[in-house]
Amino acid sequence: MNCRSEVLEVSVEGRQVDEAMLALLHTILLHRSTGKFHYKKEGTYSIGTVGTQDVDCDFIDFTFVRVSSDELDRVIRKAVAEFKDALGNSGSDGMGQISLEFYQKKKSRWPFSDECIPWEVWSIKVNVVNLANEQERQICREKVGEKLGEKVINIVEVINRHEYLPKMPTQSEVDNVFDTSLKDVQPYLYKITFQITDSLGTSVSTTMRRLIKDTLAL
Amino acid sequence: MDSDLSPQDKKDLDKFIKFFALKTVQVIVQARLGEKISTCSSSSPTGSDWFNLAIKDIPEVTHEAKKALAGQLPGIGRSMCVEISLKTSEGDSMELETWCLEMNEKCDKDIKVSYTVYNRLSLLLKSLLAITRVTPAYKLSRKQGHDYVILYRIYFGDVQLTGLGEGFQTVRVGIVGTPIGTITLSCAYRTNLALMSSRQFERTGPIMGIIIDHFVERPFTNMAHMHPCSYRAPGEDEGGTYAGIEDSQEVCTTSFSTSPPSQLYSSRLSYQTPGLGTVDVCHPTACTAAAHPHQMVVPGKEGGVPQVPAQPTHGTAAEHGRIPSCPTGQSPQPAPPTSCSSEVKTVSPSDALETTFTRKVGAFVNKATTQNFQQPLLQSSVSHDASDNNVTTTSLDLPFAAFAPRAYDLEENDPMVHPPPSPAPSSPLQGSLHSNSSTHSVGQPQDDFVMVDFKPAFSKDDLLPMDLGTFYREFQNPPQLASLSIDVSAQSMAEDLDSLPEKLAIYEKNIDEFDAFVDTLQ
Repeated sequence: MNCRSEVLEVSVEGRQVDEAMLALLHTILLHRSTGKFHYKKEGTYSIGTVGTQDVDCDFIDFTFVRVSSDELDRVIRKAVAEFKDALGNSGSDGMGQISLEFYQKKKSRWPFSDECIPWEVWSIKVNVVNLANEQERQICREKVGEKLGEKVINIVEVINRHEYLPKMPTQSEVDNVFDTSLKDVQPYLYKITFQITDSLGTSVSTTMRRLIKDTLAL
Repeated sequence: MDSDLSPQDKKDLDKFIKFFALKTVQVIVQARLGEKISTCSSSSPTGSDWFNLAIKDIPEVTHEAKKALAGQLPGIGRSMCVEISLKTSEGDSMELETWCLEMNEKCDKDIKVSYTVYNRLSLLLKSLLAITRVTPAYKLSRKQGHDYVILYRIYFGDVQLTGLGEGFQTVRVGIVGTPIGTITLSCAYRTNLALMSSRQFERTGPIMGIIIDHFVERPFTNMAHMHPCSYRAPGEDEGGTYAGIEDSQEVCTTSFSTSPPSQLYSSRLSYQTPGLGTVDVCHPTACTAAAHPHQMVVPGKEGGVPQVPAQPTHGTAAEHGRIPSCPTGQSPQPAPPTSCSSEVKTVSPSDALETTFTRKVGAFVNKATTQNFQQPLLQSSVSHDASDNNVTTTSLDLPFAAFAPRAYDLEENDPMVHPPPSPAPSSPLQGSLHSNSSTHSVGQPQDDFVMVDFKPAFSKDDLLPMDLGTFYREFQNPPQLASLSIDVSAQSMAEDLDSLPEKLAIYEKNIDEFDAFVDTLQ
């Protein structure tokens, strides 16, 4: 099966990186999370309820909706913070990419480790700009807000094509499809990685691979 | 067609569509309440959360939605629409967006109703949650309050988009195929918010002068079917009244314009869309065209529409506004009140007093006497009752009407109405712009206009023995300051130039001192 890949590009000011990334990642995860599954004896299951929350950005004229799960929020914030630090420390001209990959696990026989098969990858390319004065920052606030709105519309458009989604798993296979570690919601298995582009614009001079959800650790 | 669908599936599908429609309305209206929405996730299913999403049900909204649906379901040719509009405290309204839940004929026979359709509807609701925060109306709704409120209206049937103005944009939230048709959810939103963005939605104080719609009748609201997007907790009255709008009828012109009310009026006219009923757009211009030549032009901050002399014109909606009465007759209007500058045109003395002469009485004026024409003719309309020659202040157009003098001389004795005959008309200009040439030597009053002294409102002449005009004239040419005056015995320029080399030599000698001084500055 082919992995669906979508690329979003944004140009933001340094202090807007966090919120812009959170906005887009949470919007995607909102659509890729369900309530907790409760399997019943007859092989059926019921699904818990997903709550939502509005989040106002401080540095961008924008409000986004995220799943009401503090645990998930913490995980995403941590990843974004690491990405931002990497952007700051790299000495590059502020270009990088953060990727949210949804995958399925396929059990392999020993001694081979389980395979991770991505079925959807969202790449968010970030270009950090420096602004000279407060007026430019104010304009940037509004412009980035509008841009993020457009990106949300793009995300929604892609998701509503209703292309491949993993089949609903049985109880024994639920961990191959969903991340069941959170107590209130259940997103599809995902991992967040990022890479910083060096100033020459070549892809990946330093690749920093961080596995936020490392279920492969052996 | 439907025959392929099992009865259970058909029943489920209808139920899903019905509750999807109700939840859609809830999401849209709640997103326009002006507050951040927050609901909790729950790992154990409660059984009452449709589509596995925690979306609160506001009873009022559900009631309205069910009323609009009237037992039907959105289907092919039967769309359910939620219209969001903005209404200002002055009664102006503007449609901002229309959300449409439609169905087309494209069927997906193979899809599983109870599972796939349900999950996709859930996904569509999540998309709706995200998109409702992205359209321009969201930001407006977060700032609603005193100046304007956001209203919603639910209707069923054909989609109406004409109220959105030109160049409206459409965003598709998503589609879900079902065995009986494809459900589409989209939003058409107004882009021409330029009118709104130029107004700051701030309160500005009224300028001095007459506020046009100060005494206007209550603006007619043909939006009785609109509902405010304001949630009142259950237990309160669930009537769909305009919470808060009734209270804000006080005309603070200020709604959202930094321009003075004259500008607000003219800009409000451009605000009206054709769909909003009959707007008497030409009203001020008609008055202007037919107006008296002594019209006052009130300059606004942006050079606005000339106004009829501060007659309160009609307010918001034309059909219930008050028709301004253009001043009839040849009543001259010399120096205006302090707040406005004016171009006062005068008529030639040959214009006879053939037409009805309307005595104008302004607020704060004293009764006219035959000798001393000191009252400025401010703008107001006082109508005569011809039969008994009593002049009464019938119109309520006059602010502070209670202060206007009530007892008047009979018309025959009123020098304003019947000025004493003048032998020779003097320059028309004399009486108007320079009426303050002297307080007392007004001279012979003219047939056509009366010389009066400019007496600014609120000025007292007991402290200073002169009025503003006299003061200004006297101090117009003050003597020069002594320190700035040039001594006559000072050297001429040639001598100045000659002394330069000497001065330079001295400075060069002291160059070290200068350098030390500069160092201390650094």
